[in-house]
Amino acid sequence: MEFKNDLGKPWKYEEGDLTVVRTSMWSPPGCHPVGCGLKIYVDKDGVIDRVEGDENNPITKGRLCARCLALKDYVYNPSRVIYPMKRDPKFRGQHDKWERITWDEAFAIVKEKRDYFRDTYGAESMAVFSGTGRSGGIVVSDMAQAVLGTPNACYTQSGYACYQPRSMSCSHVLGAYYPEMDYAGGLEGTYDNPDFCVPEVMVMWGKMPLASNGDGLFGHAVIDLMKRGAKVISVDPRVNWLATRSEVHLRVRPGTDTAMAMAWLWVIINEDLYDHDFVDKWCYGFEEFAARINDPDMGMTPEKAAEICEVPVEDIYAAARMYAKATPASIAWGLAFDQNQNGNQAAHCVLALMAITGNIDVPGGQIVAEIDAAPGVEDTPASGEKKEFNLDKADAGADDNAAEDAARPTRRIGWDSLPQELRDKTIGYKEYPLYVDNIRNAQADMMFDALTKGEPYKIRMGWIQSTTLLAPTCCAQPTGWYEGLKNLEFCMATDIFITPSIEAACDLFLPLASCAEKDDVVMTHYGGSPVFYGAVNKAVDVGEVKADMDLIIELGEYLGQECLMNEDGSRTFKDLEDFLTQRRTSGPIRMDFDSLRHRVGYQRGVNYRKYETGKLRPDRHPGFLTPTGRVELWSTAYAHYGEDPLPYYQEPAFSPHKDPELAAKYPFILTTGARNYASFHAEHRQIPVLRELHPDPLIEINPADAEEIGVADGQWVEIKNDYGRAKFKAKVSPIVKKGTVQADHGWWFPERQADDDSRDEVIPVGEILEDGPLDFEINGTRIRNGFVKTDHADEKGLYGLWQSNVNDLVSNHYNSRLGYGGPYKCNCCSVTPLKESYDTDMKLVEEKFEIGVAKKEW
Amino acid sequence: MADYGLLIDYEYCTGCESCVVACKEEHKFPVGKWGIRVFDDGPWQKDDEGEGGNHFNWNKIPVPTDLCDLCASRLAQGKEPTCVHHCLAFCMQFGTIEELAAKLAEKPKQVLWVPCESE
Repeated sequence: MEFKNDLGKPWKYEEGDLTVVRTSMWSPPGCHPVGCGLKIYVDKDGVIDRVEGDENNPITKGRLCARCLALKDYVYNPSRVIYPMKRDPKFRGQHDKWERITWDEAFAIVKEKRDYFRDTYGAESMAVFSGTGRSGGIVVSDMAQAVLGTPNACYTQSGYACYQPRSMSCSHVLGAYYPEMDYAGGLEGTYDNPDFCVPEVMVMWGKMPLASNGDGLFGHAVIDLMKRGAKVISVDPRVNWLATRSEVHLRVRPGTDTAMAMAWLWVIINEDLYDHDFVDKWCYGFEEFAARINDPDMGMTPEKAAEICEVPVEDIYAAARMYAKATPASIAWGLAFDQNQNGNQAAHCVLALMAITGNIDVPGGQIVAEIDAAPGVEDTPASGEKKEFNLDKADAGADDNAAEDAARPTRRIGWDSLPQELRDKTIGYKEYPLYVDNIRNAQADMMFDALTKGEPYKIRMGWIQSTTLLAPTCCAQPTGWYEGLKNLEFCMATDIFITPSIEAACDLFLPLASCAEKDDVVMTHYGGSPVFYGAVNKAVDVGEVKADMDLIIELGEYLGQECLMNEDGSRTFKDLEDFLTQRRTSGPIRMDFDSLRHRVGYQRGVNYRKYETGKLRPDRHPGFLTPTGRVELWSTAYAHYGEDPLPYYQEPAFSPHKDPELAAKYPFILTTGARNYASFHAEHRQIPVLRELHPDPLIEINPADAEEIGVADGQWVEIKNDYGRAKFKAKVSPIVKKGTVQADHGWWFPERQADDDSRDEVIPVGEILEDGPLDFEINGTRIRNGFVKTDHADEKGLYGLWQSNVNDLVSNHYNSRLGYGGPYKCNCCSVTPLKESYDTDMKLVEEKFEIGVAKKEW
Repeated sequence: MADYGLLIDYEYCTGCESCVVACKEEHKFPVGKWGIRVFDDGPWQKDDEGEGGNHFNWNKIPVPTDLCDLCASRLAQGKEPTCVHHCLAFCMQFGTIEELAAKLAEKPKQVLWVPCESE
């Protein structure tokens, strides 16, 4: 049958009584930057009537996930806050004490506090905390460094255990930004474009892109490619849905990915399945690398990996051969690489796999972004081979972070404006210089120490920017963060809802615009991938909300920040549109925002094999943007920063093999972080139509284990280890192997009690923790981890924050030598059945959050 | 008399629930009422030849309920049902029973639903 469609419609058009705005989504609500196409239908009163998927979007083609389908319920949710509010710090933890104020008053409060803390304790006494996934999250460094003038921006997740460990490894080992699997998203006509080639094999490694759409990889493109003949290999401890459609599925023990990747390399090198031409021309250190893989002690045979990873050895051979023999083959690699102390080595190995099999920047392989030529360099390939490279520094006119900065040139306003002595005070800079230089954030675990111990100095003012900090996703030991936040003399927040963190510890609330209420630009891999740029086109107004970037422009001006002014004193960014043109569209895609708005979406084109044409280096010499100009299988950067330049396997700190005594107490391997379709991490819990899909926090437990400990499907259990405890509803399923449990993250219950049961107790900084077992030195600093002395797990307040908070079982400071990764996915716990039920009352959720009549103001 | 149906290719249905939510939004169904739901059969081990997911059965099958009207009001405007439009895996088709039955014969792991009488 033939149906009507809206192909070819302009970005804004009329349909009956409604105005339709075509847009590309990002956030809020939080999501990854796919830029899914949406049509927002707006009535004559300026209120959203409904949303539908936009068939004009070249990648999503009209499809839409459950969360955007429920966008109207988010925008007009009765619990949303659409005006600035303040609360006297003495009433922290009391919901009815918030009072509405004007933006003028809000800005005046920020200025008074900023001036006081900067002038009394130094600008470094302020910190800005960010979360994951939102458009506002990637400007957190600007919020801290440009707007407040403090170096201490901080993504609070222990070891920055999301994306950044991978992207750092890409910058330094590969010398190009994140090599995403090629799903033709950057090509006109996508899969039918003659330049594209359907991969013979796609490897899903520690990633389930269908639900996560990680960093802009449209997950269901994997299904499109399967229908066109691509085969799947899965590497994942769990039987996820894609794994059931795989040719081979390696169910690795959580945290052992490096051993598995080294075993694949062993097969590919020793069975001579690698691309000699690519290795000879474009790789550095292959002989040393091969020697490490074959080393009797530090190397890894498939037989040894089979024992470590607890998978059949023949499956390892089969998977490695299948991957190496496929032309082309791609790897989608996920969060499992970050949430692991040994993740930098796993990333190193997977980059090596992509490189030595010749799959870098080829159609259907892994694609990387073209970067701009340096000023004064002609934008054509340099003539002749570059003979000499400066081995101490990337010598292409950039610093140690050349590849990441070059691919994402719009990342730094504030950092460059800070005096060196202030930058040197960034928390964790001395201990983890590569981390801080690479992302210009304070190191998260060291920030935890600053908040809880006051070391190396106290943080006095906080800004919680677009993160549900204490219902994480984005931190380890949230109880410790909570006690630390309560010690802040002033704390402000920018958000859509009053989250538990804001209820507990904030004095000022600044309401953010959702993606229906602002202009923005969405970019695959935050601009670092040759796929898609989309315009987020404003469709409606709601209350007095502001976009994150409006705050940079307006609050920055109000605070008199010179780095946001031109020499004549005028604003660097006139308005949001100008900001978007200058910072997001003018460089990489060479157009202004208004042009992108009218196109709604823009496919960048890929230009494969750019290492041959100089397009991966600002000096336009062929090669990669590393000190040697090649893919560094022997990493000069790792060596320079005190890490082993070659990969090695490290047993997870909390594994039963590492510590049998601990395993006797806590016999289960605890893994967490899996995504589902009904929420973006801690978001969407107050949307009835989504909550109904996944009403309770679940823990997956194998039927044999359930029988042994006496747990029925649907029964509640408590999990516990030395760091904390939490309650979950058991989902008895062979999705996990015997001995492993997988718990949901990011849970709070917006329908429950707001007020904090412990609002009157403040544990002073320095008394929050008692020493834990970790004790080591890094670059001259002694590091101790700690157990949080307080336990709130049975309290009901703060929207049930502590009931099911799995991150309380995760310790800080189990990072790599470079400061990355944490044990989120390879932890340990005991499991105890409970008699009580904590099931969600969906009637209550519906009653509290059902939108009556949608309107602009409420 | 029934003329129209939904053809679902459950080899590729990922259980994303877009059909479920699109339907609820379209029809404004409250908590506890649905026009379509996803039957979840798995994962369970179907053979003992290995431990990988390829040895497991896991099929997600969208099943229209008694409340499904095949989006009569959208059809009247010439638009396809909202579940079909938004399906992330492109695994749902709407059409006449005759044309869908022909497609049903083309490959296995499909199911054809005829949820209601035609208007």
